[in-house]
Amino acid sequence: MVSKLVVIGVIILGVIAIAQLIRVYEISSKLRNNNEAEISTRDNKFNANLMLLFMFVLFGGFIWLMLSYGWTGRGEAASVHGKETDWLLNLNFIIIIAVFFLTNSLLFIFAYKYVKKIGVPAYFYPHNNKLEMMWTIAPALVLAVIIILGLRTWNEVTSSANPESIRVELFSKQFDWTARYSGLDNILGKFDYKLTADNNELAIMTTNTIDSAIHYMESGSDGINLIEDKLNDEHLIFSDSDRESLLIDLDRKNKLVGLLYQMKERHDPNSDATAWDDFIQKDTLYLCKGKEYEFNFRSKDVIHSAYFPHFRAQMNTVPGMTTRMKFTPTLTTLEMREKKNDKKFNYALLCNKICGGAHYKMKMMVVVLEENTYKIWLNNKSTQTFRDKYFASN
Amino acid sequence: MSEGNQDNHDHHHETFVSKYIFSQDHKMIGKQFLMTAVFMGIVAMLLSTLFRMQLAWPGESSDFVSLFLGEEWAPGGIMKEDMYLGLVTIHGTIMVFFLLTGGLSGTFSNLLIPLQIGARDMASGFLNMLSYWFFLLSSILMLASLFVESGPAMAGWTIYPPLSALPQAVSGSGTGMTLWLMSMSVFIASSLIGSLNYIVTVLNLRTKGMSMTRLPLTIWAFFITAIIGVLSFPVLFSAVLLLIMDRVAGTSFYLSDIIVGGEMLAQHGGSPLLYQHLFWFLGHPEVYIVLIPALGLSSEIISTNSRKPIFGYRAMIGSILAIAFLSFIVWAHHMFVTGMNPFLGSVFVFTTLLIAIPSAVKVFNYITTLWRGSIVYTPAMLFTIGLVSTFITGGVTGIILADAALDIAIHDTYFVVAHFHVVMGLSAVFGMFAGVYHWFPKMFGRMLNNRMGYVHFWITIVGAYGVFFPMHFVGLAGAPRRYYNYSVYQDFDMESYNLMFDLNVIITIFAIISALAQIIFLFNFFYSIFRGPKANKNPWKSNTLEWTTPVEHIHGNWPNELPTVHRWAYDYSKPGAEEDFISQIIPLKEGEEEH
Repeated sequence: MVSKLVVIGVIILGVIAIAQLIRVYEISSKLRNNNEAEISTRDNKFNANLMLLFMFVLFGGFIWLMLSYGWTGRGEAASVHGKETDWLLNLNFIIIIAVFFLTNSLLFIFAYKYVKKIGVPAYFYPHNNKLEMMWTIAPALVLAVIIILGLRTWNEVTSSANPESIRVELFSKQFDWTARYSGLDNILGKFDYKLTADNNELAIMTTNTIDSAIHYMESGSDGINLIEDKLNDEHLIFSDSDRESLLIDLDRKNKLVGLLYQMKERHDPNSDATAWDDFIQKDTLYLCKGKEYEFNFRSKDVIHSAYFPHFRAQMNTVPGMTTRMKFTPTLTTLEMREKKNDKKFNYALLCNKICGGAHYKMKMMVVVLEENTYKIWLNNKSTQTFRDKYFASN
Repeated sequence: MSEGNQDNHDHHHETFVSKYIFSQDHKMIGKQFLMTAVFMGIVAMLLSTLFRMQLAWPGESSDFVSLFLGEEWAPGGIMKEDMYLGLVTIHGTIMVFFLLTGGLSGTFSNLLIPLQIGARDMASGFLNMLSYWFFLLSSILMLASLFVESGPAMAGWTIYPPLSALPQAVSGSGTGMTLWLMSMSVFIASSLIGSLNYIVTVLNLRTKGMSMTRLPLTIWAFFITAIIGVLSFPVLFSAVLLLIMDRVAGTSFYLSDIIVGGEMLAQHGGSPLLYQHLFWFLGHPEVYIVLIPALGLSSEIISTNSRKPIFGYRAMIGSILAIAFLSFIVWAHHMFVTGMNPFLGSVFVFTTLLIAIPSAVKVFNYITTLWRGSIVYTPAMLFTIGLVSTFITGGVTGIILADAALDIAIHDTYFVVAHFHVVMGLSAVFGMFAGVYHWFPKMFGRMLNNRMGYVHFWITIVGAYGVFFPMHFVGLAGAPRRYYNYSVYQDFDMESYNLMFDLNVIITIFAIISALAQIIFLFNFFYSIFRGPKANKNPWKSNTLEWTTPVEHIHGNWPNELPTVHRWAYDYSKPGAEEDFISQIIPLKEGEEEH
């Protein structure tokens, strides 16, 4: 229905455009008789008036947008640093909006006022060093303030997290998020992508997971032994390209298994405990109000970006590299619902780096709880550690 | 400075092919660049109309969409998610590289450098021709990528790996990306050949008396742009080359620890951030490669049509130099939230915000040039004032984005999209339109219709602001860019969703209006090439040398000796002169100060 209206709208606009075109063309053919490039006084005056009118339209449009949409979408920041960056954002906005109005009005008022008038020559005014110094120094001073305030906040926001802050890992892949809480010891177990398996999606590193990864790589359903058997089997006949791709696959797996053996050698079994007590949480991320969180971000495939719009927080997740970011939620989900007067409101974690077709659907709900309810949830979870799940699945 | 004494009366016979196709004449090459860019611009604008319709009316079937995308990519008139990303990617690539780099710099550097410095042609006519043909080849490759089965590149115009390196991650990273990379490699070659030629020409072929401090600001702008290009494009080339290696040779420059499509890749040790550093080392100067020529053209036009010298000529040169220098040390402000060391981030906050200073100087100088002027409203002048306005409006939001602490919350949202479209897209497009309206008589020997120009400008500027002003608010509400639709917000935040929905409809309507307004321009442009009123030699009463050449194009530009320059280009309304302009070739009167 709407699309039909649009098509009709477009057609009408198109017709108007063509009609205008023809009209303008007729006028222009009349004008062509006097073969002059001179712009008539009437045209000058007409455009000068439009300049002034446009200024009012521009400013009016801006004010209307500010009044009707100004901050509605953003709402109040729900994190400690978010309140500070919002304050800074507002300050910056005041400065730039002032500059916007000042310079645009000078531009359009001059454009209106100094239109060509017969008998009034332009004023030959090639330069004025004092004036130019002034408008070099003035912006420099304003910018100095902006830079100092900005860097102060930036340093605070990006400084390392408290040792006591809660460690949570956010693991991204096309097209969802998985969280891993660090368990009772507040230490996240190590990981390595080569350990990824059906019962170890996050590739967590323990003696058992290394062994099973080696076993799978060597004698699993697509393992090295099987490929070698296939290649050596005289009864099987491969096309050149099939053989080629099997060889490439074998080469890749040999490289990987070599690395796995290295990993096994270097692995300290005592560190297993840090991994076993971790627990994995899908779909919804639970946070506790007033506690600082340090998030460790990982990616399985391409770059994603963990974007928490309501907490004013964002960090890319990069394959092959752990990135970190901290924030402290200040409003529970219920409190925010009340403030927004929206019973269905939720915090969310979105993906904000193009990552493939379903990029726009990649999200995780975020729920901020009061400390007592958070504790109840946490107690529930402590019976579902990685150890429990891993051995249950074996 | 060349002594041009070659005999131009003896015209050698030119065939159609040597005159119009494999021409080595800089004026013809400039026109070839313009025509190609106009075509590419139309394609890119059409792509944006298609994806704007998807954003405003998601899930609605549209005959317009199915007309262009067909059943394959838009079953039932609803475009596929992948294709949406493809459209966004190719729109960005064409606009930035093909319209605003090749088109803007290619057209006007070629047309104006020899004409305004008093040279017979470019230093190397052959390389100049080669530069155009490489440009055309790369345009064809880029357009061809729209027609391959797995779709065009879909990783965004910045083509960040691993997404762009792994065909398993998105279908466009297959053949489409291969064509994209081939096209870009050829484009970079074209740009480098062209830029080297511009630099050599400006340095060596200036006519007698044309010292660097008498050069029109247009030439300064093209000269500096060419230097930026020569220093930064090779870095993009190396980035592209390493990406090609990762794609075909199994290297791991950008890839590490990846599992994609169920396959565990053996690549280890590479860094996706390396690509981003290399890309933005070009990518940020690229913004100024796009913008500075537009600023150069507008400096010339604003002075001519205010009938006043450009205010602060030396400060204008100084600010271009400062911007060019700073543009090389700000690239990582695109990477505040990539996981880069925060200390590095602070350095880039500082250098980035410094750019506001020379930019402010330029704006104030433009405004002072208008002050007590005698403004003549040619369509070129309208677009120039439009440029100054968008340069201000887009520039100030840059201050927010450059502030790393603030960037965290709005990085990669529509606020960014709005910012760079206004400051770079609109300013450069307005500069390009201004240039076309102003130098059309020089290019084609005929005049464009002014009235159609007025209609074109006023609809375009209202439409353009109508598109990009609301977009800031969509971004502030937290709408990530490159989203196929915003339905995800319906699940948790209706207030934001409603805002995004309302404004996206408004934006798309303005986008369609602006797109339609360009038909007026196209009509005017093509009609006037053949039927426009004949131009006289100096229609805008301008001082620069190109207006001393005959209207009919001849090889070597000046029929007799090359002109000698005696003054700067901005003696408009000089007290004591009879007319309100004094061409650069007129000697100073006794006792007259230069300026």
